[in-house]
Amino acid sequence: MEKDKHAHPNYIGIFFFLAALTAVELGVAFLPWPKMVLIALLIFLAVWKAVLVALYYMHLRYEPTRLRLLAIAPLPLAVILVVAVTREYRW
Amino acid sequence: MAHAAPIDEDMMTPPRGYEEGAGVYNEKLGMWVFLGSEVMFFTALIGAYIILRVAHPVSWKPPGEVLNVSLTAVNTFLLICSSVTMVKAFAAIQDGNLAGLKRWLIATVLIGAAFVGVQVYEYMHLIDKGFVPSEGLYGSTFYTMTGFHGFHVAMGVICLMFVTWKAFQGKYTAADHRGVEVVGLYWHFVDLVWIILFTIVYLI
Repeated sequence: MEKDKHAHPNYIGIFFFLAALTAVELGVAFLPWPKMVLIALLIFLAVWKAVLVALYYMHLRYEPTRLRLLAIAPLPLAVILVVAVTREYRW
Repeated sequence: MAHAAPIDEDMMTPPRGYEEGAGVYNEKLGMWVFLGSEVMFFTALIGAYIILRVAHPVSWKPPGEVLNVSLTAVNTFLLICSSVTMVKAFAAIQDGNLAGLKRWLIATVLIGAAFVGVQVYEYMHLIDKGFVPSEGLYGSTFYTMTGFHGFHVAMGVICLMFVTWKAFQGKYTAADHRGVEVVGLYWHFVDLVWIILFTIVYLI
């Protein structure tokens, strides 16, 4: 059954954390570091924010395992799609 | 064993007497399946963007040279704000607080509309500068990705207005607030996609 009855997470705390991560992104984007380092760091920060939204605001952390599996099922397919099309080019 | 459902059945759980399935009520399951298809939709756009950018790097300008990163950072902040107001609306009705639900939903609608307004202002400003969809790969991919996202936000605002109207009619209770949760899932997904797009389109 659905685990609907749980204490509310600290939504405001998560909001301030997301805002702080966004500020960090803005600072990092204009650092005079190698491009590949910046890209890796910025994607890491973006994924961190996205995971926080999915886990707490979309409540995936509190959902049944089967729904969580349904939610993450498209992600490997998305990676396969991007990798497959980018292999068309020699980097 | 199947048995008749009591009149005061909790609508936030799967129907009784059926296979448990994903363990959630049908509307929520349907929204998650839809969001799965949306992941693939935006992946197609992002994948196309990556291969075009890697294949033609000279078409792209450094962050902040053409696009207004400061303005978009404000818009990103607005969308994060709207996510927290949305989830506070959901938390309010979970606790049976209808007044709180209405207040937070109105805030979400207003902030969502502000996001769309800022995006329209950004487009007008960029078009005035000559950065148009036909400008080249940079322009066409920028307007395609941010335009489709903006369309999703605009649709989300319309759906939120509908849910807010229903909230004022007293449709939602602590025992049954499926509409609020389902539209909230869509709204948070739109926020999640923007988090990725902001990084890929504006910061990298």
